[in-house]
Amino acid sequence: MAEVALRNVIKRYDDVEAVRSISLDIPDNEFVVLVGPSGCGKSTTLRMIAGLEEVSAGDIYIGGAIVNDLPPKDRDIAMVFQNYALYPHMSAFENMSFGLKLRKFSKDEIKKRVDHAARILDITELLDRKPKALSGGQRQRVAMGRAIVRNPKVFLFDEPLSNLDAKLRVQMRTEIKRVHQMVKTTTVYVTHDQVEAMTLADRVVVMNGGVIEQIASPQDLYHHPRTRFVAGFIGSPAMNLIRCRLEQNGVGLRVRISDAISLPVPAPLSARYQALTGKELIFGLRPEHITEPRRSDRDQQSEFTATLDVVEPMGMETMVYFTVDGQEVCGRVEPGSAKGPGEAMPLYADMNRMHLIDPQTGLVL
Amino acid sequence: MADTVQTWSPDLQGSLPGISASASARRGLRLFMRRRSSIAFLMCLPLIVIIAGLVLYPACYSIYLSMLNKAQTRFIGLDNFTFLLSRDVFRQVVEQTAIFALSAVFFKALIGLITAHLINNLPAKGQRKWRGMLLVPWVIPLALSSLGWWWLFDPTHSALNYVLSSLGFDEIPWLSSPYWARFSVILVNVWYGAPFFLIMYLAALKSVPEQLYEAAAIDGANAWQKFIHITLPMMRNIIAITVLFSLIVTFANFDIVQIMTAGGPRNMTHVFATYAFMLGIRSGDLPLGAATSLFMFPILAIAAIFILRGVRKRGREIG
Repeated sequence: MAEVALRNVIKRYDDVEAVRSISLDIPDNEFVVLVGPSGCGKSTTLRMIAGLEEVSAGDIYIGGAIVNDLPPKDRDIAMVFQNYALYPHMSAFENMSFGLKLRKFSKDEIKKRVDHAARILDITELLDRKPKALSGGQRQRVAMGRAIVRNPKVFLFDEPLSNLDAKLRVQMRTEIKRVHQMVKTTTVYVTHDQVEAMTLADRVVVMNGGVIEQIASPQDLYHHPRTRFVAGFIGSPAMNLIRCRLEQNGVGLRVRISDAISLPVPAPLSARYQALTGKELIFGLRPEHITEPRRSDRDQQSEFTATLDVVEPMGMETMVYFTVDGQEVCGRVEPGSAKGPGEAMPLYADMNRMHLIDPQTGLVL
Repeated sequence: MADTVQTWSPDLQGSLPGISASASARRGLRLFMRRRSSIAFLMCLPLIVIIAGLVLYPACYSIYLSMLNKAQTRFIGLDNFTFLLSRDVFRQVVEQTAIFALSAVFFKALIGLITAHLINNLPAKGQRKWRGMLLVPWVIPLALSSLGWWWLFDPTHSALNYVLSSLGFDEIPWLSSPYWARFSVILVNVWYGAPFFLIMYLAALKSVPEQLYEAAAIDGANAWQKFIHITLPMMRNIIAITVLFSLIVTFANFDIVQIMTAGGPRNMTHVFATYAFMLGIRSGDLPLGAATSLFMFPILAIAAIFILRGVRKRGREIG
């Protein structure tokens, strides 16, 4: 059993509260990703789980036992660091076997475990090399190998792919996912890259300013963000967040985002938003829900025309940027249908995917 | 970036057979001046001249001098060296120099390492204070501090003996007994040189990435295992270089021994430099003095080759 639990955990540095009373339950074998911007407290949280930082208040449980006062070596965890933290004077084999040697494993057992991990990570040929003679990706594999051989209760990853180039990052991401599927172990993974979070996690924990904004599966997080921060943080390009006013229009509602553009709220959502009529709100719609008019059964009232400021061809699709009441808005259109900068283009907003956010509380309504 | 600026004018090449030699020389000089390596050489030239004048010339001259007779009138080859090797006193000097240098360097390195660790584990504010205080022996002029120690060891006014007798112990003949005199000069050398090791090791300790210790902590290492498996291997190059540097300086030490014992009693504390001074300056046999001082060279050269080879090898492996 290796579930991890955090109960009202706080971390203070003098007067600064880096982590503010967070609680989190991670079941056995789950892959949880802590994601958020720099300084949000995600790495501090991971380091508290590892025992590298003291907990100012609250409790951390690993496998049902409180580990607040246990040193890292007694927590039965393994950690992969951002800059690998490989011992430069030791070979890959020695790096991987160091922890086992300190724990007085027999030579045969050490060799068996290292060979097994090396096979999983495809680094058997590299075991005699020193870290300096390895590429970034190979070093990261050795660092993962060092964690795997220990067969720990919990794997901790602290932005392990940040030092790799874009191509290698994608490769290693797949590798980490593959390794987790083979070596089923509870994993806590920290990253600021939301693509990593979405692709790797069973559940994503979005942190901001030392608090947890939302805990959800990647799909749930993307489609049902609970706060303005999560809505804006998850997704690339980010969700469009536009100031708006909710207006009554006969029996229905309309979202007015500028003098010229007001979009109808679909009937199934009108009842939910009825009480908000007349209020200043934030209208959220992802770029992929602002397209050229495609479907024949579309609601033509959701169409509008915008003069494009910037056009970014991406190959499979083209991103178009235009301004609504001084706010930049992004849409995602078919490459063939995109107009040039300065030209007017008819666009369609899929209002079934709309979100309304209270600007005061920042909560999605 | 290329370190030369290539200028190529095909229409000029060969088409001006009457081009003057002075124009060609000017062009060559211009090209030479444009080369970055040339500018670097010219900027280093004053230093090269100073080193050649103050180090290279005296070194070569002392080699030449060591092969002359006492009156410096006749070339006698290696006779001065064979003469020295045949003398018991010289063999004693070699032994004492080796004991003096090796033990002093060992204790300087050990004390430097321990104090560097202690200071490194202090809060930043306290570190500055202690670092400053512990550097004091190193910044006091050695001749002055040696005189201070000489006074502390003085047989009639010795502060150390006063303390010992106040505590009921026998007084110690610090500088008049051969073995205590050896101990005393080594002690002063260690007192003087340990801060150098301290400051170098402190810098080396601070350059060990914190994450290596964190990784070791997670791997299960205790404080001693972290020191043995992380700190020491990561500091091996700086330890090797400081030991080599200190060996050279300690082998060539002059001030401490000259001021405190002048090589006595019974030549038991002589090191190469003081013995060379005694033979060359006091006894007026400059060639023999030069030959004595040159004995240090092969010993230190061999040590330097082995130590620097290790440093290069580790540098390549660790990066």
